[in-house]
Amino acid sequence: MANYFLDNPDIDFHFRGCDLREVVAHSEDGYARSREYPFAPVDYDDAMDNYRKVLEVVGDLAANYIAPRAASVDTDGASIADGKVSYAGGTRENLRELGQADLLGMVLPRRFGGLQFPFTIYMMATEIISRADASLMNIFGLQDIGETIHKFGTEEQCEEFLPRICSGEHTGAMALTEPDAGSDLQAVKLHAYQDERGKWFLRGVKRFITNGNAEVLLVLARSEPGTRDGRGLSLFVCNGDSTVRVRRIENKLGIHGSPTCELQFNDTPAQLVGARRFGLIKYVLDLMYRARMGVSAQALGISQAAYEEALKYARERRQFGRAISEIPVVSNMLIDMRVMLEANRSLFYASAVCVDEKEMLESLVGRLKSEKKPFADENSRLKEVTKAANLLTPLTKYTLAESCNKITYDAIQIHGGTGYMKEFRVERLARDARITNIYEGTSQLQVVAASGGVINDVLGEYFSGKERKEYRGGLTKLSGHLKEIRRLFLESLRYVVGKKDNAFQDVASRDLVDLYGSLYVGYLLLGEAERDARKVFIANRYVVNAMASARKSAEAIRSETFGDLLHADDILVAAR
Amino acid sequence: MYTSIVLVKQVPDTSNISGQVMKEDGTVNRSKLPAVFNFEDRVALELALQIRDRFGGTITAVTMGPPRASDVLRECLYMGADSAYLITDRKFAGADTLATSYVLCEAIKRIGIYDFVFAGRQAIDGDTAQVGPQTAEKLDIPQVTYTEAILDVRDRTARVRRKIEGGYEILETTLPVLLTVLKDAAIPRPFSAKRVMAFKGAKSLLELEKMVEGNSLLYIDKLVHEYRGRSLFIPTLTADDLEIDVGRCGIRGSPTKVHKVESVVLAGSSPAKIENTTAGISSMIDSLLADKILG
Repeated sequence: MANYFLDNPDIDFHFRGCDLREVVAHSEDGYARSREYPFAPVDYDDAMDNYRKVLEVVGDLAANYIAPRAASVDTDGASIADGKVSYAGGTRENLRELGQADLLGMVLPRRFGGLQFPFTIYMMATEIISRADASLMNIFGLQDIGETIHKFGTEEQCEEFLPRICSGEHTGAMALTEPDAGSDLQAVKLHAYQDERGKWFLRGVKRFITNGNAEVLLVLARSEPGTRDGRGLSLFVCNGDSTVRVRRIENKLGIHGSPTCELQFNDTPAQLVGARRFGLIKYVLDLMYRARMGVSAQALGISQAAYEEALKYARERRQFGRAISEIPVVSNMLIDMRVMLEANRSLFYASAVCVDEKEMLESLVGRLKSEKKPFADENSRLKEVTKAANLLTPLTKYTLAESCNKITYDAIQIHGGTGYMKEFRVERLARDARITNIYEGTSQLQVVAASGGVINDVLGEYFSGKERKEYRGGLTKLSGHLKEIRRLFLESLRYVVGKKDNAFQDVASRDLVDLYGSLYVGYLLLGEAERDARKVFIANRYVVNAMASARKSAEAIRSETFGDLLHADDILVAAR
Repeated sequence: MYTSIVLVKQVPDTSNISGQVMKEDGTVNRSKLPAVFNFEDRVALELALQIRDRFGGTITAVTMGPPRASDVLRECLYMGADSAYLITDRKFAGADTLATSYVLCEAIKRIGIYDFVFAGRQAIDGDTAQVGPQTAEKLDIPQVTYTEAILDVRDRTARVRRKIEGGYEILETTLPVLLTVLKDAAIPRPFSAKRVMAFKGAKSLLELEKMVEGNSLLYIDKLVHEYRGRSLFIPTLTADDLEIDVGRCGIRGSPTKVHKVESVVLAGSSPAKIENTTAGISSMIDSLLADKILG
């Protein structure tokens, strides 16, 4: 039987390579209470064995249940009649089976019906499911709102909302975006007010809400009248009851299985999550780490699917008396796709582990504080890891979503004319890919988010450590390249900072982020190449390619390619 | 509340037959093939689970097979079966449908009272579709073969839709009843993650005995007690446990003899081009009728 976990040795490579020992020991409370649940692990090896077996279930579900329905989900799409949203038939079946398989509360605590898994393992499941049907990830991935309720809500809110998310009875949505507040969430207007007894109500409109028809909604709303920025916003949880009207669903290019709703809140009773005024600046920023990773997983899954289609087609299709995969130009494109895919996976799982460590340390520091124990060491580690996560999650989202578009684009190219036709899967994959570098923050915003860490060179010490290390054989040349890329990066950084020109810096940020990202991924791949001989090929093409791109980026900055921004009005003439 | 017994079988995975798997005489080298849960038996278990979802009750999965057949029993537990029995003995080896149904019948009687016995229509390794019906005969209960759907269960009767040539028929039967199930009757549910983690360590008596072998610190009785206490023991029944006539079991009890296996290699001859016209298509239909491929 087909299985999207077992047929993918590269996921297994990262499964075996990731060290979650500390993360799992913390979440399992030192395995002290493993007898309370028959499915709780007794030690780390048992936990990893559990995760592997559950990923096999995910792989079975993805390959044999979800993937065969993906074409019909795309054709049927979600629909709306009389204000009621219906999923495509295939989506409904998929969700029922995900519930039967206990996969809708993967990171949530066992006491609320969840599996209490590390985030990294949940991300592996998300990648596998996205490969089968990208649009299903949007609903599957919203189990994550449960984590926000769990982290910042009260015990009563957890008891009220989490068990039904875990069982699959309820799905969730994050209602953040409004017609005038897209990338700029500080402009959110939806009004939250209290009655004389202090009960909260919501009034206003939200737009582009993925799965807005959900039973549980997390809503960002303006609770402080008269404010205009993010500090007047609070986070609320409410039921998608009769006071929440779905005005329309969008007719989209791709991810047809996922209903994108416009919502009107008509004095909807709601509960405050956490503290007032912290809605955007704390809770939404926190959920963004995981939401960015969710979209990255979606991009990675789509990329994997597109690569598989392209490779299969290229090996079957014969032209000029041979399989087109044997034509050097095609073969070269396939290698580029594969290298990009594996490099992306390395970046993705390194970021996922970083998010796991950040959440573990947050919880640990919180616990030590409440127990009035010293926490200085843990806190300084938390600061370091938060800096890394602040850089790595937007870098990952940017890199993987852009690659996903490139890989699906090339997958159609390899199919030639047939790839442009609806009958082939690559056409859907390219449409599904297109949203990944737009939502949960566009690529341009991810670059802005990552650039702070890049300009402050937060991984400087890490890179210096890597430069002192000795690599053997062919890797020596590659480590030399990486040293040169770092030199080019530092030189470019000095140039950009020295100009003291914000507009120039904003535009140059992309090149700086590209340089920094390729350094980080380059060292990840070098480490992998030391463990696995096949990975030398991946590291080699990646780093040699990165070297060439780095020279281009450095040259673009030094020669001030963007110097003409001042003349934008003269250059950008519209048709008369 | 209804009590169901589901008969399941571990079979070679014939979906990926490669060159190494076929022996020269045309038979299958089973040791080269991975073993899997016979698909129609998974569907049978799904129907039993749906009965339990609707009306409550319990489900026991039963397999007769070698020790490694415990794998499918664990998978039954992952899907939702309440308990599982392994029927195993060297004396059962080489059984045909007659001997198999005899042993299964005796095992079912030993396991206890039941309302439903479910089985897949057939196993993909033998394709006989006889074990279910013969077991029903030996149990002396009604049977419905080729089940497509269970429409309703009320008190002691069930309404069942079965496939027949060119259509279906709806039958009403008293309980207990044995149903053999078609692959399209239901989509078997995926394994439950929680049950996989909870039951991955479930072991049959033979597997526990293996653990004891070569480990002088372990005692089989203690181990069985411990596993039973944690609901991880897969009860195992042998010929002695069942107190049955060993002359009717295994190869001794099997009158079926394989006379000859013919290896048929299907090869295409010259391709035929069919014109996309009414005349072209009707001439194709005529030739298919003449070759007895249609009709």
